[in-house]
Amino acid sequence: MGHQVRQWVGAAVPRKEDRRMLLGRGRFVADLDRPGLLHAAFVRSPHAHTAIGAVDTEAAAGLAGVHGVFTAGSLGHPYLLALLERDEFVPTPMPILAGDVARFVGEPVAVVVAEDPYLAEDAAELVEVDWDPRPPVTSIEAAGSRDAPRLHEQAARNSMVDLLMFDDDDLPAIFAAAAATVGGTFESARVAALPLEGRACLAGWDDRDDQLVMHVSTQVPHQVRSGVAQALGVPERTIRVIAPDVGGGFGLKCVVGREEVAVAAAALRLRRPVRWAEDRQENLTAAFHGHEQRYRARAAFDSDGRLLGLDAEIDCDTGAYSVFPFTCAVEPLMAATELPGVYKVPAYRARARAIATNKAPAAPYRGVSRPQIVLVMERLMEKAAEALGLDPVEVRRRNLIGAGEFPYRGVNGITYDEGSYAEALDLAERTVRDKAWDAERDAVRGTGDRAGIGYACFSERTAYGTPTMSQRRMRMTPGYDTALVRMDPTGEVIVTTGTCGHGQGHETTFAQIVADSLGVHPNQVKLRQGDTDLASYGWGTWGSRSVVIGGGAARRAADAVASQLRQVAGSLLEASPADVELADGTARIRGDASAAIPIGELARIVHFQAHRLAEDLRYGLEARVTYDPPGTFSNACHAAMVVIDPGTGAIRLHRYLVVEDCGVVINPMVVDGQVRGGVAQGAAAALLECVRFDAEGQPLSATLMDYLAPTAAEMCPVDILHLQTPSRFSETGAKGMGEGGTIGAPAAVLNAINDALADTNIRFDHIPVLPQDVTAALRGSAVPPAGSRAGAGR
Amino acid sequence: MKDMHAVRVTVNGRGHELVVEARRTLADMLRHDLGYTGTHLGCEHGICGACTVILDGQPARSCLVFGVQADGAQVRTVEGLADGERLSDLQQAFSDHHALQCGFCTPGFLMLAEAYLAEAHLTGAGGEPLTEEQARELAAANLCRCTGYQGIVEAILATARARAGGNGAAEGSPA
Repeated sequence: MGHQVRQWVGAAVPRKEDRRMLLGRGRFVADLDRPGLLHAAFVRSPHAHTAIGAVDTEAAAGLAGVHGVFTAGSLGHPYLLALLERDEFVPTPMPILAGDVARFVGEPVAVVVAEDPYLAEDAAELVEVDWDPRPPVTSIEAAGSRDAPRLHEQAARNSMVDLLMFDDDDLPAIFAAAAATVGGTFESARVAALPLEGRACLAGWDDRDDQLVMHVSTQVPHQVRSGVAQALGVPERTIRVIAPDVGGGFGLKCVVGREEVAVAAAALRLRRPVRWAEDRQENLTAAFHGHEQRYRARAAFDSDGRLLGLDAEIDCDTGAYSVFPFTCAVEPLMAATELPGVYKVPAYRARARAIATNKAPAAPYRGVSRPQIVLVMERLMEKAAEALGLDPVEVRRRNLIGAGEFPYRGVNGITYDEGSYAEALDLAERTVRDKAWDAERDAVRGTGDRAGIGYACFSERTAYGTPTMSQRRMRMTPGYDTALVRMDPTGEVIVTTGTCGHGQGHETTFAQIVADSLGVHPNQVKLRQGDTDLASYGWGTWGSRSVVIGGGAARRAADAVASQLRQVAGSLLEASPADVELADGTARIRGDASAAIPIGELARIVHFQAHRLAEDLRYGLEARVTYDPPGTFSNACHAAMVVIDPGTGAIRLHRYLVVEDCGVVINPMVVDGQVRGGVAQGAAAALLECVRFDAEGQPLSATLMDYLAPTAAEMCPVDILHLQTPSRFSETGAKGMGEGGTIGAPAAVLNAINDALADTNIRFDHIPVLPQDVTAALRGSAVPPAGSRAGAGR
Repeated sequence: MKDMHAVRVTVNGRGHELVVEARRTLADMLRHDLGYTGTHLGCEHGICGACTVILDGQPARSCLVFGVQADGAQVRTVEGLADGERLSDLQQAFSDHHALQCGFCTPGFLMLAEAYLAEAHLTGAGGEPLTEEQARELAAANLCRCTGYQGIVEAILATARARAGGNGAAEGSPA
């Protein structure tokens, strides 16, 4: 092993997934059909905070074609409970259907099951609920006031977790002596992941297999199985979760939805298949949101622009409940742990809280706090440069973890594996210069429009296994994944993993990895994932983990099968297995051109003529390997240019550059696609996207006319340059990179906006920056000059 | 009593006769009554365009059209683009330019572009080649959450150029 030629890894192999999608033969949950299929519709709370009195289901149940109406009471009050094993954590069970209290608009209270989805919606409207509205809590500010209503009796001041993660007694002295102290309040709006396919679920009992078969649009089939089993009190064996084609997830589908459990419960009671397909209004109001955070942060710098200390109060509005299995702590823990990012921070203090409000719960949306912490650090760099009269790129350079400093042990206790933080910044700066962005910016400024260029440097911690995840102290600690690689008698290869791709091209990239190990063509390798009965327990696809962990496990398992093939070939060709080379579908003996045997022939002999082989080589070609790495950091530098119309305040993305380093690139086309899609989401978070509520907690962005996702017209081409610093913590050398685009873009775009306003005293520290923010600020509204809010809130 | 209507519709050249409720959308009729599940529903209020089909030659949001309104109409769906098992030039260009990831919005973009290109918008008004800006404007009719649109714009441009008699649609490596 280890001397295998890598022929496919690194190539832009066309995606195997494309064909069925292009032909209209993708198979999404809503495309499936079953004899006797019934359809679910949910009755949802119209109030942000309300007691629930009597629920009258009689009229709905009496409608012809309605097969069942279920409430919390009639289902036996099942709930999902996500737990963190920390004293500072307040558990908040999430009922499958709200019983006594509903805590956000859209919270499900009853489910109606009928023969037709139109009819199910009709019947849901006939369910009469005795609501008794209570005052809602709709902001971090309001949640913490002494007389604020409590969402959960056990959560005083609506604090669901309150973590002083790091502290340093020297910080007051450091700040007192610093040449410059900069800071402010940095805020990011609540956003929706918005996969084009909403959540969906089809569940039906299978008498023969004695199990409930659930097709779910999910990123985490095994966790759906665990969640349903825990909520309904049944063994996991009795549930099979299959993720068919999944129309995007972005984190929304890496948690278990209560609707999925409700559909399972209804299917079990009715012994009929039941489907629910979320509509867009439900998706925008009653699914999960994310990224609503406030940072009160300050940083101390010496006169050369070197960071001396960092201090942050981090508040995450995580909505009404802890999500399963990650809990409400996923955002605050990530934020506090990783805030220092790519910079050397000698002294650090961070307190991070999850605050309950009467809004939909937060799920780990793409980036998970990294878009926010990068925004904070990159704004602090800019503010320091301004305060000290230095070049902001140079200030970054002076603080980046340098090439010679890896592995770097941070003040946050994290070990950063090899990256190219400074090289990425240098290359981005050089490229921007070579492409004359400055001249273009100045030319735009000459026309009366405003233009600005912004940078963001960051790393993305990816693919953490249980050695790292265990530090979060989750009751369910994710991280490992298991691959089974089998070769069939015709030499074709079947790979199963616990990962669950939904657009990332796993079927192609995993095949590239395995094909290299086995010396076959990727077209001979079929990945089967997203099925709890096919794969060993695994943790799905999120956290930029799949190619590193699932792909790493597949590499190791494939290497083990390759070793079996070498022994079989060595035995048949009377050579040492160490001299057998697997390539181009053939096992060859090195240095002997005549000694060769097709790999398919080896597979045939192993299966059909086992007697020809020694006993330990007989009966199959397969290996199952689990991989549980500590995690690895990819890194990138983004540069953005925006153009602002000072009359309308409209901000247009004009140029975008990404220099990224995800180690060994398995498939550059797929990597570039992930980067570009991520940049679109991140740029939109800076310019467009915002889940809004009124003071009563009523959603104001319940349609795609009100929640603005970016179209092609809002995007500009994204140029991408690659650096490759392989990781020693990754079997393939690849680092995860599924979230980086989304992580870097908000900061780069926000810095570009501020650069466009550099000649004014306007500085924005929040996203999204909307046209009305720009026009109001330019009209001379009370926007304080940069840095004046340093230490706010202390 | 349900308000039922008889509908005759031609989908991808094949005639269908059925009876549908007045309120049933064309999208649901295509997907669940006729089995053309390649047409996807992303918002059901006319914004995302995932359900775009070609209705009597024009791109249409099938979530905003009732099934009964398609009585007597010719409908093209994504299932009708390929020549048997052979991808059309547009479909191939989408793959070559990595214009899809999860694939959910893809049928809508394909039908949108197909309708546009079929109207011979292969060149600009003055005969100059279709510009990136024009392709971007076209693509802005629909939503994709995965790709950032660059591949979609490139695929539409490449197909337009090839159909206008320029270089092959599959020219150039993706990205």
